[in-house]
Amino acid sequence: MDLGTIWFILWGVLWAVYFVLDGYDFGIGIIRPFFSKNDTETRIMYNAMGPFWDGNEVWLITAGGVTFAAFPKTYAIMFSSLYTPLMLLLFSLILRGVTLEFRSKVDSAGWRKLWDVCNFLGSFLPALLLGVAFANIFMGIPLDQDGILQGNLFTLLNPYGLAGGLLFVFLFAHHGALWLAQKSEGEVRERALRTAGKLWPVVAALVVLFLVMSWFMTPLFNNYLLHPALFILLLVPVAGLLLTYKYRREARPLASWVGSALLIGGAALFGVFGIFPALLPSSLNPAWSLTIENSSSTPLTLSIMLGVALVFVPIVIIYQVWAMHLFRHPVTQEDLDYDEAY
Amino acid sequence: MDVLLLSRLQFAFATFIHFIFVPLTLGLSFIVAVMETKYVRTGDETYKKMAKFWGRLFLINFALGVVTGITLEFQFGTNWSRYSTYVGDIFGSLLAIEATAAFFLESTFIAVWVFGWKKLSPKFHATCIWIVAFAANLSALWIILANGFMQHPVGYVIQNGRAELASFTDVVTNGYAWNEFFHTVTGAWALGGFFVVGVSAWHLLRKQNVDFFTKSFRIGAAFALIFALAVALVGHRQGNIVAEAQPAKLAAMESHWETQANAPMYLVQVPDPENEGNSVQFGKIPSILSIMAFNNPSAVVKGLKDFPKQDRPPVTLTFTAFRLMVGLGTLMIIVAILAFIARHQPAESSTKLLKLFVWCIPVPYLALQAGWAVAEVGRQPWIVYGLMRTKDAVSPLATSQVAISLVAFFVVYILLAVIDIFLLAKYARKQPA
Ligand code: HDD
Ligand code: HEM
Ligand code: HEM
Repeated sequence: MDLGTIWFILWGVLWAVYFVLDGYDFGIGIIRPFFSKNDTETRIMYNAMGPFWDGNEVWLITAGGVTFAAFPKTYAIMFSSLYTPLMLLLFSLILRGVTLEFRSKVDSAGWRKLWDVCNFLGSFLPALLLGVAFANIFMGIPLDQDGILQGNLFTLLNPYGLAGGLLFVFLFAHHGALWLAQKSEGEVRERALRTAGKLWPVVAALVVLFLVMSWFMTPLFNNYLLHPALFILLLVPVAGLLLTYKYRREARPLASWVGSALLIGGAALFGVFGIFPALLPSSLNPAWSLTIENSSSTPLTLSIMLGVALVFVPIVIIYQVWAMHLFRHPVTQEDLDYDEAY
Repeated sequence: MDVLLLSRLQFAFATFIHFIFVPLTLGLSFIVAVMETKYVRTGDETYKKMAKFWGRLFLINFALGVVTGITLEFQFGTNWSRYSTYVGDIFGSLLAIEATAAFFLESTFIAVWVFGWKKLSPKFHATCIWIVAFAANLSALWIILANGFMQHPVGYVIQNGRAELASFTDVVTNGYAWNEFFHTVTGAWALGGFFVVGVSAWHLLRKQNVDFFTKSFRIGAAFALIFALAVALVGHRQGNIVAEAQPAKLAAMESHWETQANAPMYLVQVPDPENEGNSVQFGKIPSILSIMAFNNPSAVVKGLKDFPKQDRPPVTLTFTAFRLMVGLGTLMIIVAILAFIARHQPAESSTKLLKLFVWCIPVPYLALQAGWAVAEVGRQPWIVYGLMRTKDAVSPLATSQVAISLVAFFVVYILLAVIDIFLLAKYARKQPA
């Protein structure tokens, strides 16, 4: 495999890992207004993601940084052509990020309410925007030969883009409910499992809808038809969808969350492999797409970065998993009474 | 207003706000680590309380550093797409390494530190805050290596219409960047010291928790003095480096127009770029500019008139910012000496002195911001010195897009910064638990 292809795969994997990890933070934020009955429950929900959300968000920074390092031209054109949606995404993430730190710092119901609203917006909007953006990327974006978007925010809100947005919102909501179940006990845990149970059929229906739309409206399946062996990859999200169902029925939230992680990661990779070797396909003319070929860094940079990634990413995974293990216990009253709790 | 100007304003505004929070992260993380280490060594519970009290302030500040950093990471793509395409082969990898090597470490271990007081042994827990401090400063190193490439590009070849990496070693051993790094972090560590001294003085004025704040004051005063001296020393070296690498910036820093040997400095000077000179100029100190720039009184210092007009940076802003930085740096040394002298019994100091310490909390902040204004405004009109002009770097965007995002930046950042500073002040005034 050449360096460009390796980096293409790593690029896809980084985004997939980001969706899997920050996805549950967004999910908890999305279901919270509908789920939480009182302040204690709200705090359980925030503290369920408390020690993890920033570490999860760094996967986004890394995905962005790696796009810059390995495919600078893609980085440049992807983010300047999607200027407005990206800015919206960044501002939403800012709101999400400050919520947790600010909310507990002033003892007033109005203050908490303000940050609860911000947390909802900061979770719902990123889920929606990332879904819309990636669906559009999978379908191809109307980029001209100078990499300028021929259209505006509303061009992206086409039926396929919106389906992608809805899919992400529900995937993450389901994912977040499972994480919450896994990090809580008693009544909250039971209810979170039931919420995931109610969300699952919607997720399944949206997954099928999205696949059908992809078949008819996008060239995503071309790579798969060309190399039918690739269809095996589709087994990952499908298996994830079924496993998450099975384990939830058995009241095993962590295992069910892993199934959901396979579903989300597999779905993202399905799309990424579908657009290979383009990172940002142009819907106007395939020659204007940004591909491995015309947008990557030099082999020298790619090999240095590969060395960096091979050394650091495994180390990161080790200590992040260790940290998750350290804080694996369900959130208890004692945790909520702790002075740095959110 | 055009896209270029709006993008410059937006980038400048976003980095300045980011850099309100970054230096305290860099400095206070070390100070908290020292406090907790003292706790582990002596078993004195006061030091544990100190780590918790100052650690909470650290966290409030940290939150805004994080959220304002994310937008920066993407702004090279959104607003400077031509720049990103042109130098991405080199610049991008430095940002990516910053995230993989530093941000992950810091964001994970800060959470372990916050929530792990009861789960980890005291020694291991103290190690976590050292890791956080190390990682924060490591992130500063990588971002400044990136900035150093823009100030003084090395290790590249121009090929295929872009700057391509020729030697990674040259890029990461760029002397300009390393000096810039040490200058910035010593400034940030001094800032941490001033912050601890100032907040402690506020409590000591009210005779609250005297033992607790005396001990804090002592650590803060040591940091303030050591690093106020260090930042000035490294700053002098930085001047030498700028004189070599960016002579136009040096000339603008001193509003120095005529090329001459034994170049003097003037205590009071008002630049007049219209007429290529200074409208006011007195208090001459002979040869000092030659010494500052080249450590040699008879060295020739090139004046602004010898640079084509289109290659000159904005003189008044660069000059004023430089004066401000050096002036405040001198003030910092004096105040840090006073604090150091008072460190054994700060509560016994005069009210005036304690008030001075409180009032000096913003001083290093201003000096750091002014320093970046010198570095960045003085580099103009180049985005990468000598290689690419800022005007050629900007993304092909519609004016309205950037105008809207700029307004959003102003509104959101100012609101959040005000809230954050309000919370910092609120928690700084609380009694330690
Ligand atoms: C507490 C902060 C602080 C203090 C007291 C000083 N500086 Fe500074 N200075 C900075 C904080 C700073 C900075 C924010 O860290 C900068 C911006 C970029 C950099 O490398 O450091 C900077 C930039 C900067 C530059 C421009 C560098 C460039 O273009 O890359 C020079 C020449 C100096 N400094 C020199 C000095 C001298 C001679 C000082 C004597 C007192 C001094 N600084 C005090
Ligand atoms: C314009 C260039 C810059 C970019 C793109 C940038 C990017 C970022 C990002 C993405 C974060 C958030 C990390 C997280 O989520 O944990 C952050 C935080 C931070 N940045 Fe910056 N930054 C810039 C300038 C600087 C400078 C000049 C310094 C230091 C001298 C600095 C030091 C830090 C520190 C210490 C943090 C604290 C949070 C952390 O390390 O996780 N940054 N920055
Ligand atoms: C945190 C400290 C920093 C501050 C306060 C700061 C401040 C500024 C200011 C004032 C400008 C506008 C200059 C002008 O247009 O006249 C600017 C421009 C810029 N800086 Fe920085 N900067 C910082 C760090 C960095 C770092 C670490 C990088 C790169 C890694 C960077 C990259 C840029 C870029 C790309 C521009 C836009 C082009 C330009 O106007 O030169 N800055 N910055």
